[in-house]
Amino acid sequence: MAAKIGKTSFDIRRYPGFLPVTIICLIILYAPLIVVMVYSFNDSQSITIWGGFSLRWYVDVFSGLEAEKFKSAAWVSLSIATMAAIASTVIATAAAVAMVRGGSFRGKHATFALISLPIMMPEIVTAVATLIFFSAIGFTRGYATILVAHIVFCIPFAYLPISARLQGIEGTFEEAAQDLYASRAQAFWHVLMPLMAPGIIAGFLLAFIISLDDFIITNFVKGAGIETLPTAIFGSVKQGIKPNIMALSTLMLLISIIFVTISYFVSKMGEKAR
Amino acid sequence: MAGGFGGGATVSRTFAPVRNWLLLPSWAVIGIFLVVPVGIMLVYSFLTKEFRGGVIWEFSLAAYDQFIFDRGLFGDEAPTIEWTYITIFLRSIIQALVATVFCLVIGFPTAYFIATREPASRSIWLFLITVPYWVNLLIRTVSMKFLIRDNGPLNEFLLWTGVISEPLALVNTNLAVQLGLFYSYLPFMVLPIYASVERYNFALSEAAADLYADRWTTLRQILLPAVRPGIIAGCILVFVPSLGAFLAPDLLGGAKNFMIGSLIEEQFKGNAGNWPFGAAASMILLTMVLIVLMFYARQQSRADQGGR
Repeated sequence: MAAKIGKTSFDIRRYPGFLPVTIICLIILYAPLIVVMVYSFNDSQSITIWGGFSLRWYVDVFSGLEAEKFKSAAWVSLSIATMAAIASTVIATAAAVAMVRGGSFRGKHATFALISLPIMMPEIVTAVATLIFFSAIGFTRGYATILVAHIVFCIPFAYLPISARLQGIEGTFEEAAQDLYASRAQAFWHVLMPLMAPGIIAGFLLAFIISLDDFIITNFVKGAGIETLPTAIFGSVKQGIKPNIMALSTLMLLISIIFVTISYFVSKMGEKAR
Repeated sequence: MAGGFGGGATVSRTFAPVRNWLLLPSWAVIGIFLVVPVGIMLVYSFLTKEFRGGVIWEFSLAAYDQFIFDRGLFGDEAPTIEWTYITIFLRSIIQALVATVFCLVIGFPTAYFIATREPASRSIWLFLITVPYWVNLLIRTVSMKFLIRDNGPLNEFLLWTGVISEPLALVNTNLAVQLGLFYSYLPFMVLPIYASVERYNFALSEAAADLYADRWTTLRQILLPAVRPGIIAGCILVFVPSLGAFLAPDLLGGAKNFMIGSLIEEQFKGNAGNWPFGAAASMILLTMVLIVLMFYARQQSRADQGGR
């Protein structure tokens, strides 16, 4: 660009050294993940010595000594992530419609601050507050407390992509529908919802991943005798990193990458459709 | 900071009449399960501790007092300053600051580089930067520990290349914690800086170059002031979660490099079991974070008024 203007003899936008830094950055981000992926295929009891390629640790995850623990933890993790993502997406969609299409009102800033609160607060503080709350009202910690805590902190993650999407949709669509005698509910379901869908899907996927990922809050509110995948892995890792944990980690890593890729393409499709 | 609402192409009020009904679930859920709990936590920080976890409903300032003063084992000696907890807080602040600087030094060139690519390749670069963030934080931290441990792949590689002759003892050092924090929150630095460089008008840099400023002068005097809001946002987004981090210091730092997160965790999960003290430490952490966020909000509103 700058070169066309003529007087400058170099491209002012380019800085030598920025490309190498970017590459270093990517190496730091990916090296640990790639190393764990590679070593999860290691056919050796020891995590230090390379003993050739094998799938034995993947077999071990599903049928080894700790398989039962991982299975029940996976079930708890996936069922809670699904329910928490559905609940928080519904709550966040309603909130986004009110915030973006509800005109201005007193307490709008306060409401936005309230919705963002779970992101703003340090996770460990949320964890402590939730633990103390359930203990103070005498509620036994377990599956239900994990679910409630997850719904709360998933709301802002679902809200952000949904409201961003809604802001990009012209208000004329639902107004046209109402001019043609659609009720407000009909305008919402038949006109606004399909337009918002990419944002809602992105919000749901984000909330799902965030719930699946959480360790700190879950660790505080889970109570004894129930584990999610992260708390089960943390318990195992405390005694040292074992190869089966690397296989399990690789599987979870792939799930995350698949979800992020889907959400990336969904939002891309949404942009094109506009 | 108007990012949250408003703004659309046309301001539509279609759903204004049912607004309160639509907001009710958010108010109720976050209000009951987060705002009320923080209130109860504040109350708990002023109660007396029960020895096996929990509290006795008796007003006490012991939790905050214990933070600053040492009154001996039975609480009857003349108070002296207790440095243990102050040290942990100071260490956490320093660790979080170092991690922030670390992220800025690597994150700024990266964000700038990505923002100046062609639009098509830009989104691929951005995707590459954000993917690791969506991988489970616990798994990422464990992976980092696996990579840098004494006889791990990094040391093997460095020994093999002959850069070092003895394995580096990285695990359980401050450096390992900083590396873990850097690794955890780097995308938070890159994304806001990227957004502000993308909006930057490069004609300004060209004008500076026409007036015989070299690249680095242009960077310092023209570009950096213009993208300052993005840099500040990135620094805060890295600093705040680093301050209360638990996994990186716990898994990579070991007992010698205790940070606030581990201190709080120990009050509820470990044998120390002092709930009021844990609640007080959480309140202090929360207050520190709120101060940083308020500073940020003021900066942002000033930047918005500045008519960029």
